[in-house]
Amino acid sequence: MVTYVLKRIITIIPIFLIATLVTFGMINLSPVDPAEAYFTATHIQPTDEMLEQKRHEFGLDQPLLIQYVNTLIKICQLDFGISYVTNKPVLEEISSRMPATIQLTVASLLIAIFVSVPLGFLAGIRKNSSIDHFSRILAFIGASIPSFWLGYLFIFFFSVKLDLFPVEGTGTWKHLILPSVTLAFPLIALYTRLLRASVLENLQESYVLFARTRGIHERIIMGKHVLRIAISPMITGLGMNLGNLLTGAIIVEVVFSWPGFGRYFIDAIFNRDVPVIQGYVVLAAGIFLISNLIVDLIQMYIDPRISRKGRHYQ
Amino acid sequence: MIAMFRGVLKRQKVIVICSIILCLLTLIAIFAPWLAPNDPIAVNLAHKLQKPSLDYPLGTDHLGRCTFSRILYGARISLGYALLIFISALSLGLIIGIISGYKGGWVDQLLMRIGDGLMAIPSLLFVLGFVGIWGAGLKQVVLGLILVQWVYYARVIRGMVLSLKEQNYITAAKISGSSTWTIMKKHIIPNVLPSLAVMGTLEMGWAIMNLSSMSFLGLGVQPPIPEWGAMIHEGKSYIRNNPALMIYPGLMIMLVVVTFNLLGESLSERFGVKRR
Repeated sequence: MVTYVLKRIITIIPIFLIATLVTFGMINLSPVDPAEAYFTATHIQPTDEMLEQKRHEFGLDQPLLIQYVNTLIKICQLDFGISYVTNKPVLEEISSRMPATIQLTVASLLIAIFVSVPLGFLAGIRKNSSIDHFSRILAFIGASIPSFWLGYLFIFFFSVKLDLFPVEGTGTWKHLILPSVTLAFPLIALYTRLLRASVLENLQESYVLFARTRGIHERIIMGKHVLRIAISPMITGLGMNLGNLLTGAIIVEVVFSWPGFGRYFIDAIFNRDVPVIQGYVVLAAGIFLISNLIVDLIQMYIDPRISRKGRHYQ
Repeated sequence: MIAMFRGVLKRQKVIVICSIILCLLTLIAIFAPWLAPNDPIAVNLAHKLQKPSLDYPLGTDHLGRCTFSRILYGARISLGYALLIFISALSLGLIIGIISGYKGGWVDQLLMRIGDGLMAIPSLLFVLGFVGIWGAGLKQVVLGLILVQWVYYARVIRGMVLSLKEQNYITAAKISGSSTWTIMKKHIIPNVLPSLAVMGTLEMGWAIMNLSSMSFLGLGVQPPIPEWGAMIHEGKSYIRNNPALMIYPGLMIMLVVVTFNLLGESLSERFGVKRR
């Protein structure tokens, strides 16, 4: 088991390196000169000398390989440079806005889990019942509805028409509801389908038949055995969808003027604030990879067959 | 037996209905200039924010432009560019996947590891970062989406090529002296294309959704070009008094994406293609 964990940790290192390389390449292949972008962002008309000096400061006059290694060393020290616009370290900017984003994503994950686990489970054990059809329709709508539009629909119905929730801002739990439900909606769709498929698959397994022949009560078989194992693919889905959750949060934050990092990131894009963009992309890739790792480990804890399977295939 | 037959018929019904809707949408996109009652970008401030009327079937926006005409023209952008993204990403993925699967060795390792790195960055985030550095605009968004998308095709194609390579008839073709190029053209590409078409149907919905998301954020299609996401972006300020401005374009996005998803899912069920 320890070797499996170590192996999984080691495999993410090269992937992360390539992800940083991709980001680095994206910046260096672009026709935009970071030094020029700096002066554009700060609204200064630069002279040639000033540009030259900035290029030297950013290390742009060094060979590409050295530039990359320097960037990498800085990334490992969690130093993403200084924002062109605010002149503060990028990490500071990110961490000051992270709590709002984390609050939003955690709330929507919880909503998604609380809705999709019972719904997917019931849809699975009562195949072709009305609850199954309902979950199917919900899944299709959830997968196809643009989240920004859904957000405005919610604002229109619940804030403008019914005046139940505030349109934007933060503070109370009322502010949190509409954005987190908007963000949770596609997740509910996905997890419900995943859990339903997994429950159906597990019902075919021989352990269910065996438990039934032993005369164990159906409710116990379902609750104690099937649900516990069937939930495993859903956890993988959770990990794989963390990326979607991060990017989905950007859009939802823009719609609801939520003061998280997503909105700041969009502002950074409009200002061509290169260090912020690079920092966020690299950080998000890191979070994404690490959360996938954690999810794998949780899954292994729930269903120990996985690490054995893994070893078998390797 | 009867149940099975009915199941197949039911599934095909979905395929038929979705295909009809898509054909209609394509026709709308092609014939938008003839179907639209008004010029989609003609500003007429005297007629701004009007309710639906005979002249303006869905009313007008804050600049007095005909919402109905803009929605019809929007189909051109969404469907057209989604198709462009699909074809470009597919071609890129096809080339890279075949090279990777057929050559193997370090070429395969290099290409697939680049793919892993790309996939480690959530796709919309990559596009956002790409647009952030290369500048906002439709061209950059399309390029960014293609760069994200090819990886999925390349992976699937590589897997198929790897299993096809072991088939006897490929070996037979090799022994009988067919060149690598002929084997690709005659045996491998025709074999992988049907699954790719199914996969592509699912990805079209993805492309349309992301394209409109980017336009909604103000990073994709720039005004005054009519695009559904951009229309929602412009209409959101009038949500109190003219919610129709943001409701109709959103409905269109949803209709198109639902159709592509349903069609893709039904096709992949029928042809046994795994969704990514």
